[in-house]
Amino acid sequence: MGQNLELNHDHFQKEVTESTLPVIVDFWASWCGPCRMMGPVIEEVARDYAGKAKVFKVNTENNAQLAGEYGVISIPTLIYFKNGKPVDQIIGAVPKSVITKKLDALLS
Amino acid sequence: MAKEVDVLILGGGPAGLTAGIYASRARLNTGLIENVVPGGQVAKTELIENYPGFDEGILGADLMERMLKQATRFGLQIHSEQVTGLDWKGAVKKIETDQDTYLAKAVIVATGSDSKQLNVPGEKEFKGNGVSTCATCDGPTSANMDVVVVGGGSSGVQESLFLTRFVRSIKLVEFMDRMNAEKILQDKARANPKFSFFLGHEVLSINGDSKIRSVTVRDRKTGEKKDLGAERVFVWIGMVPNTGFLKGHVRLSPAGYIITDEDLRTSVSGVFAAGDVREKGIRQISTAVGDGTIAAQSALHYIESFS
Repeated sequence: MGQNLELNHDHFQKEVTESTLPVIVDFWASWCGPCRMMGPVIEEVARDYAGKAKVFKVNTENNAQLAGEYGVISIPTLIYFKNGKPVDQIIGAVPKSVITKKLDALLS
Repeated sequence: MAKEVDVLILGGGPAGLTAGIYASRARLNTGLIENVVPGGQVAKTELIENYPGFDEGILGADLMERMLKQATRFGLQIHSEQVTGLDWKGAVKKIETDQDTYLAKAVIVATGSDSKQLNVPGEKEFKGNGVSTCATCDGPTSANMDVVVVGGGSSGVQESLFLTRFVRSIKLVEFMDRMNAEKILQDKARANPKFSFFLGHEVLSINGDSKIRSVTVRDRKTGEKKDLGAERVFVWIGMVPNTGFLKGHVRLSPAGYIITDEDLRTSVSGVFAAGDVREKGIRQISTAVGDGTIAAQSALHYIESFS
């Protein structure tokens, strides 16, 4: 079974904007097929980078305000945060290698 | 080191996954290369009402998640990679990807098709920023917006009906004088007050600044131009086959679809094709599943003929 990476508005500040580690936030929704098919990939990235980076999922159905704040128009959107600020993003479903390449760049 | 497999499937939509279920269940060592994530066009579709076995309908995402689980249960290996090169001249088929090289006894091409583009000014500029081909991806963030939908076929109308949950209004633009969608869908759309219809109109441009503001259309009879206010534009005007990487390797139709016989053999011995990528009349999930079945059986017979 997948890990629980879900994050909502209440914990966003503590976990993302105040994080010392780089963070990837996956904005998704349950009826969005490409988002759902990306789910296992996101969980893999979270496992592979445990201790080096944090990975969270924000369900845009329950957190429309957060999605709006970060200008999410199309889901899935992955936003990369460093020192609490969005520094990179990916719009649409992509293979794992594309996600990790950008993350590696942030970590180096 | 190259990876040796019995069957290599290209594409993880319903045709590819079905071929994967049959081939791996037949104990063939089977790999599947998917260049994005499995699911194909179906995963983008909200509700599937005409796939047998689901009397209440099933979400496209749910259906593909199940097919994927079913395929991996029998040992199908899925690789998220891009095909970069092919050598299909010998008995063993060589496929190179951005991460590996595969040597396969048989290949099943099930790379499907992608949404056709309008090719008008503004489309590329606003791609991912208001121009979309996926209602389930971009619908939820279009709450209370005015949107333009281009295309009055079944996909366009079905997806528009899903959009009505979120958006304020839908202006449906269709090039022809009449919509081509199934009647049951047309009736639903006509009964919904959020719709207005611009039949016999062509899209000239998508306009805006940091975001989309309007779509310019032209009445094809009178020549009159109109600006339709919109913040989002959804385009469903048909599909193009994903066969660019196959040119020169296998026989294609003038429109780019793979030509097969009824056992789904292509012009190259040991290479089969299944699903939307193939030249045929009807492209549905059920026909893609049928194709996947036939292609896997044909590949199995082909491999057995050597051993």
